[in-house]
Amino acid sequence: MDQQTPTTPTEPQEKISFWHDPDRLAIFYQALALTIVVLVGYYLFSNTLTNLERQNIATGFGFFGKEAAFEIGESLISYSAADTYFRALAVGVLNTLKVAFAGIILTVILGTFVGIARLSSNWLVSRLAAVYTEVLQDIPVLLQLFFWYAIFYEVLPSPRQALNPVAGVFMSNRGLVVGVPETHPAHAWMLAAFAAGCLAVWLLRRWAVHRQEETGRIFPVFWSAVAILLVLPALAWVAGGAPTAMNVPELQGFNFEGGINISPEFSALLLGLVLYTAAFVAEIVRAGIQSVSHGQTEAAMSLGLRPGKVLQLVILPQALRVIIPPLTSQMLNLTKNSSLAVAIGYPDFVSVANTTINQTGQAIEGIALIMAVYLFFSLTTSVFMNWYNKKVKLVER
Amino acid sequence: MTPHPTATPAYPDIKPPVTSIGLIGWIRANLFNSWFNSILTLLVLAGLFKTVPPMVKWAFIDSLWTSTSAECHADGGACWSIITANIRFILFGFYPPDQQWRPLSAMILLVVMLLITRNRRWWHRALAWAWVAALTAMWLLMRGGFIGLQFVESTQWGGMPLTLILAIFGLTAAYPLGVVLALGRQSRMPAIKSLCVIYIELIRGVPLISLLFMSSVIFPLFLPEGITVNKIIRAQAAIILFTAAYIAEVVRGGLQAIPKGQFEAADSLGLNYFQTMRLVVLPQALKIVIPPTVSILISAFKDTSLVVIIALYDILKTTQSTLSNPKWMGFSTEAYIFLAAVYFLCCFFMSNWSRQLEKDLST
Repeated sequence: MDQQTPTTPTEPQEKISFWHDPDRLAIFYQALALTIVVLVGYYLFSNTLTNLERQNIATGFGFFGKEAAFEIGESLISYSAADTYFRALAVGVLNTLKVAFAGIILTVILGTFVGIARLSSNWLVSRLAAVYTEVLQDIPVLLQLFFWYAIFYEVLPSPRQALNPVAGVFMSNRGLVVGVPETHPAHAWMLAAFAAGCLAVWLLRRWAVHRQEETGRIFPVFWSAVAILLVLPALAWVAGGAPTAMNVPELQGFNFEGGINISPEFSALLLGLVLYTAAFVAEIVRAGIQSVSHGQTEAAMSLGLRPGKVLQLVILPQALRVIIPPLTSQMLNLTKNSSLAVAIGYPDFVSVANTTINQTGQAIEGIALIMAVYLFFSLTTSVFMNWYNKKVKLVER
Repeated sequence: MTPHPTATPAYPDIKPPVTSIGLIGWIRANLFNSWFNSILTLLVLAGLFKTVPPMVKWAFIDSLWTSTSAECHADGGACWSIITANIRFILFGFYPPDQQWRPLSAMILLVVMLLITRNRRWWHRALAWAWVAALTAMWLLMRGGFIGLQFVESTQWGGMPLTLILAIFGLTAAYPLGVVLALGRQSRMPAIKSLCVIYIELIRGVPLISLLFMSSVIFPLFLPEGITVNKIIRAQAAIILFTAAYIAEVVRGGLQAIPKGQFEAADSLGLNYFQTMRLVVLPQALKIVIPPTVSILISAFKDTSLVVIIALYDILKTTQSTLSNPKWMGFSTEAYIFLAAVYFLCCFFMSNWSRQLEKDLST
């Protein structure tokens, strides 16, 4: 309460009535609120216990170790119906993370692109971007998911007549099949080389900054980083024997064999989430760029910075401070909206947990798990956000 | 327009060249002002020429509007007949067909109220009472059971009225709750503050669908034996609890924008906490946050579509059941496009209004 501060009694001998003493009232209100919450909680809890007992529903997480006995359409780790519920739920979490991760990357790319297009001096481009953001923001994401899923299974042909837009890529109502290189030990080496390249770039950048501070000479970090990250894996590829064999999908019977199969459920979910969230991200990016006043650009240019440097050193640091916080909350929204997968049959965490609830009857545990997992995602994100906000906070004189 | 050198010693105004005014000038300035923009324009135009004519042909030229499903299956264009043939089911669900004038008039009443509210000249206390009256009237009209109106079980409510009820009642109930939560979060009493913070962060951290599952599966377990609560009301409660947390955050933004001097001035006038809030702080804070509140209304409206997952017959679910009818199978694209247009128009109306309000209020 805001008028509690001036409570030093000026005349201690005068007795203040209870209803006019903010300090005692505050204690009273808090005690009242806590009592109500505890009582309501106890009432619901005892009702639940009686109901569970009456309906013979087990409690606790004992079902984790039992056999799940249901199949899951797609999985990142090996899984069969004979595995435990715990493993099934883990598959669900990984599937949620898979769609969230891919979705976030694509959303940021598309959203930035549309946001910049919105500010383009080209009338046609900026109008199109405006129509995109305006229309897609105003259509419920669930409806968009249904729409894309319907497109996948109704409009696309069967695998026998699959569309083949690019060599090695087939689109049919069984999903998207993409040819990939045959697995080869050289690929692991390329990955290792890339990781080593990242480390090298980090060290290089540190050295370049240090040298620039010492001598004022600028080292072209960006282009050397690009070169390192391209050349090292390429060397590893050549050293590993330069494998070129491709695992190209082939039509066998009614479906494709080989290649990577991206299910229609995953594609529809990813497409719907990305197109929807990118519309919001575009608005955020546009607002962020517009928040940096034009005077900043002019000032930077009059200092003699080149346009690239103006963007890198003056505009982006200021625009990102405005962009990042709402952007993270959009990323979180995307992750939460991925729970709508249950409506189109993609086995994300909510969908697996829902099946678990239906089979075991343990709704409370199931929904508590769903909430706990999403809360974990949100809390991790907000910890990151607090760290970031502290880091980029404007330090004023 | 060459000036005559001998006739007039003073130079007459020279018109700007045709390439910088009028249509040509506009095109040059907006579409072809650099080589990059020229290429971009040509690419976009090529893309539009490739996609728009086939779509127009599909949606308008080859389309069927009032045919049977068999004719639709034979035709190559869009089958809007799925909408016209099933419009009553899509709009009103399982509401008894001879009584459907009731949800229709309730919806008309709602639209009239919204149009009146749109104009800020009408914002008086009377309007708030009019809203209460209108919402009660809508509820009674839908429910019936008096003066000869047939009683209609709320399990039979569906379609557009259900979507609107979930959104409008959701927001009207969530708003006061959200304001209380926001005040609680700003409070200096640690117990109350932490209760509110826990509630707000908990709700904002989980997806709405988990709350809807909770309302449909767990909530019955909370109640003593023999008491059941209608599924629509349970879903409505979940939407209210969810929306309130988001409103609380918006209102908190408004509260933080009020300068400290306002609180001190209210204190020095001898106002107590409730008077300070009701007379000084909230009127200013809530006015600041009208635009973000409207955007919460928009997302609440869109989020009502999630009740499909717990099998309530809102407008999305009625459309889906039409699509599962073997006669009309295979026209999902048309049905969903229609629905998208409905949602878009409603949300566009609201966001336009919000933009106009933002302009009006930024004095």
